[in-house]
Amino acid sequence: MEHFMAYANLGAAFFLLISMAMMIGRLLLGPTLYDRLLAVNSFGTKTVLFLCVFCFVIDRPDGVDIALLYSLMNFIATIAVLKFFRYRALDVSLADAHITRDGGES
Amino acid sequence: MSVIFAAAEAGNTASQVDWSGLLPLIINGASITSIFAGLFFVLGGTLGVLRLPDFFTRLHAAGMTDTLGAELILLGLMIQAGPSQMTLKLLLVGLFLFMTSPTATHAIANAAYQAGLKPMLGNYKAPDPSDIGKET
Repeated sequence: MEHFMAYANLGAAFFLLISMAMMIGRLLLGPTLYDRLLAVNSFGTKTVLFLCVFCFVIDRPDGVDIALLYSLMNFIATIAVLKFFRYRALDVSLADAHITRDGGES
Repeated sequence: MSVIFAAAEAGNTASQVDWSGLLPLIINGASITSIFAGLFFVLGGTLGVLRLPDFFTRLHAAGMTDTLGAELILLGLMIQAGPSQMTLKLLLVGLFLFMTSPTATHAIANAAYQAGLKPMLGNYKAPDPSDIGKET
């Protein structure tokens, strides 16, 4: 039963890797900037899941800490990139920032 | 399971049947069911992101299914880990993903809308995004 659970987790990790590769496809051929950002964000979520599953496969519980850190970093990075492409700078105070309308093309 | 049937066929009474193999079977079955249900949602969302025609529909596919799929996969891992420190960490990962994934999806959608990206409207034919405002 132990070996069976290890192989089931390995299969789940393999399917998560396939999902990550498909998300890289959307990242490469996404027509707008926001498609690419969505692909990066979803890729990060799948990376967190892959780390959680894979540290059950190799039976080392350290990977869940890295997954926890990565889930926080992924969110911060998405918000930072969104703010940069909306205000063209990162040190803009949100109180007096105006919205730039420059279309969605990257 | 074969241990149980062998003990029953040997003529033992019901109180002497060995049930020790049943609890891991139930735990592993629930864990595998939850993990593969989550994988179904994650793969469906990824396929939607690849194949749907419009940015906002892709956002819908990714944002909706990733939240549910991630929570189901983490629930399956929590069942598998049992009551331990690992379960607490997985619970924290699930909590952060449950908070941040819809927030990031909403932020991306809001930024795209404010930047002037129009959703695909009409009857399956994609209009040019710059022509939608000019018709009225």
